[in-house]
Amino acid sequence: MDQFTLNLIFVGASFALYIGIAIWARAGSTSEFYAAGRGVHPVTNGMATAADWMSAASFISMAGLIAFGGYTASSFLMGWTGGYVLLALLLAPYLRKFGKFTVPEFIGDRFYSQTARLVAVACLIIASVTYVIGQMTGAGVAFSRFLEVSNTTGLLIGAAVVFMYAVLGGMKGITYTQVAQYVVLITAYTIPAVFISLQLTGVALPPLGLFSEYTTTGEPLLARLDMVIQDLGFAAYTLQDTSFLPMLNMFLFTMSLMIGTAGLPHVIIRFFTVPRVADARWSAGWALVFIALLYLTAPAVGAMARLNLVDTIYPNGATEQPIAYDERPDWIKNWEITGLLRFEDKNGDGLIQWYNDRNANFAETATERGWQGSELTVNNDILVLANPEIAGLPGWVIALIAAGGLAAALSTAAGLLLAISSAVSHDLIKGAINPKISERGELLAARISMAVAIAVATWLGLNPPGFAAQTVALAFGIAAASLFPALMMGIFSTRINNVGAVAGMLTGLIFTVVYIFLHKGWFFIPGTNSFEDTIAGSLFGIQSTAIGAVGAILNFAVAYGVSKMTADTPQEIKDLVESVRVPRGAGSAAADH
Amino acid sequence: MSDKDKAMAYWKANVRLILISLVIWAIVSFGFGIVLRPLLSGIAIGGTDLGFWFAQQGSILVFLGLIFFYAFRMNSLDRKHGVDEE
Repeated sequence: MDQFTLNLIFVGASFALYIGIAIWARAGSTSEFYAAGRGVHPVTNGMATAADWMSAASFISMAGLIAFGGYTASSFLMGWTGGYVLLALLLAPYLRKFGKFTVPEFIGDRFYSQTARLVAVACLIIASVTYVIGQMTGAGVAFSRFLEVSNTTGLLIGAAVVFMYAVLGGMKGITYTQVAQYVVLITAYTIPAVFISLQLTGVALPPLGLFSEYTTTGEPLLARLDMVIQDLGFAAYTLQDTSFLPMLNMFLFTMSLMIGTAGLPHVIIRFFTVPRVADARWSAGWALVFIALLYLTAPAVGAMARLNLVDTIYPNGATEQPIAYDERPDWIKNWEITGLLRFEDKNGDGLIQWYNDRNANFAETATERGWQGSELTVNNDILVLANPEIAGLPGWVIALIAAGGLAAALSTAAGLLLAISSAVSHDLIKGAINPKISERGELLAARISMAVAIAVATWLGLNPPGFAAQTVALAFGIAAASLFPALMMGIFSTRINNVGAVAGMLTGLIFTVVYIFLHKGWFFIPGTNSFEDTIAGSLFGIQSTAIGAVGAILNFAVAYGVSKMTADTPQEIKDLVESVRVPRGAGSAAADH
Repeated sequence: MSDKDKAMAYWKANVRLILISLVIWAIVSFGFGIVLRPLLSGIAIGGTDLGFWFAQQGSILVFLGLIFFYAFRMNSLDRKHGVDEE
C-alpha cells in the first residue's frame, strides 16, 4: 500500500471517530454546551485538557525549537508546564466553586463592573483569535504535506469536522473528541521517539535516552551533540549565557509563559466541567501527567533529531567532508518539495555544507575549507513531521504522525472556538445586549456564535496575516498581563475593588501590547517598530516575548494602589469571595443556574 | 468556633500550603533551572550538569509531584475544617 493511501486511511479513520463522538455527545442545554453538564470525570477532563492545551505548536514546532535553541529553549518546557501549578493552586478550584460558565463572567461579578467584564471579553477574544490562526495554518500544513490536497481544501475539511462536533456538542462534544484526539496525538508522538531513542542510545524511553550514551561512540549523547555542533561553529547545545541580561530574559520569558498559560481562558474553562472543587485540583494534576508525557519526550526528540541531522549530512564526522547533494536521502527530497528544507550550492562543489555562517570566530575555518556560506536551510517545524522518515520507520508511522498533527491542531482550535463563542453568547448577548434571553434562545445563540467563530477562523487560516507566527507572544502577553492578575486578585484579595481591577487590567494590557508593537511593529506591520527585538536593541533590555511578566507586575501594583485610594468593596462582594474560597456547596452553586 | 472563624482558619492553612508549594515551584525552575545553574555545574549527569536536567526534565517532574501533593493535602484540610463537599 502506498504512503498516500495509508495517510488517507489513518486521517480518515480518526475523523470518522470524531464525527461519531459528535453525534453521540450532542448538547441539550446551555449547561451542557458551556460546561459539559459538569459531569466530566477528573481523569477524563485531564486528558481533554492536555489535548486542548497541546497545540500545533507543541506537537509540530516545540521539538524543533529545542533542537535549534538547546538549553535556552528550556523556557518553553518549564513555562508551558509550570503554569499548571499556578492553575491548580491559585485559580481552578475557586473558579469551579464560583460555578458560572465563562472567565469574563467571574471578573464581571467579582469586580461588580460591566466594564471589567467587557475588558475581559476583549482580552479573551484577542488572545484566543490570535491563537486560533496558528492552529488553522498548522492544520493546513499537515493536510498539504500528507494528503496532497491544497491548503484550502485541507482547511475546509478540517473546519467542517470541527463544525460537526463543536456546533452540535459544544463543550460536551469537544470534551470527548479531545480525549480521542489526545490518544491519537500522544501515540503518534511517542512511537517515532521510542524508535529514534533505541537507534541512538539503545534505551527505549526517550527521556532516559537523552541522558544516556550514544551507542556509536560510547560518549554521553549530550556531550557528543555539544561537540559535533561546535565543530560546525554552532553554540554548544547545553550552553548557558550567564551574563545578567540573557539570564533576566530567560527568567521573565519563562515567567510570562507560566502565568500566560494559567490565564488562558480556553484552558481555565475546561475546569468548569468537573463535578466538584476537589476534582478541579486532581484534574489539573492529571492534565499535567498527560502533558508531561509529551513534554518529557520533546527535549529528547529535539536533541536526537539534531544529532541525527548532523550525522546524516556529515556521515564521517563533523570535521570531515559532508555528503554530496546527489546522494542525499529520500526524506530530504520529500521535504524539499514543501520548501521547508532548502539547499543552495553556494561554492559549487556539489556537497552539502551546513554550518553556522553567522559565527565570526568560525569564519576563518570555513574559508580554509572553501565554504562560502551555509548551504542548507532547515525549518524548525519539519523535525517532528520528518522524524519517522529520518529514522527509516514504516509508512504507517508516517500516517500516524499526519493524524497526530491534525488532532493537535483541531483539538486546540475547538477549545479556543468554544472560549470565543461562549464569551460572545454568554457575556455579550446574554450579559450585555439581551439579559432576558431564554435558555433555548441562548443555546441557539451559542451555536450561531460557534459557527461564525469557525467561519472567521477558517477565513483567517486561508488568508493568514503575515504576522501569524508572531502573535503567540501577543496571546501569552495578554493572558499574563491582564487576565491572570485580575483572576488571582479576585480570589486572594477582598480589598481590590471595581476601579482598581479595571485600572490594573488596562495598564497591564496597554503596556504589554504597546511594548510588543514597539518591537515587532504596530499591528505587526514590518518596519513600523522603533526598537530591535533583541536583548541588546530592546527598550528595557527585555525582549517583547518576555514582557508579559512585567505587565502582570504593573497590573498588580496599579490595582492595589488604586483600590487603596478608592471605596472599599461592598459586603456582598466580600461574602462572594469568602464563598469561593471554601469547597462546600459547589453543587448548589451550579444548580441555581 | 463560629463558621466564619472556621473558614478563616481553613483559608490560612490553605495559603500557607500554597506558599510552601510555590517556593518549591520557583526553586526548581527559576532557581536550579536558570539562576542557580552555574552553582550546580559541578554535579554531572548524563554528559551535562544538574541544572540542565532540572531545566529540561526535573522541574516538570517536581511540578507533577507538587500538584498531587497539594490536592492530597487540601482534601484532608477540607475534611479537617469541615468544608468538604458531601
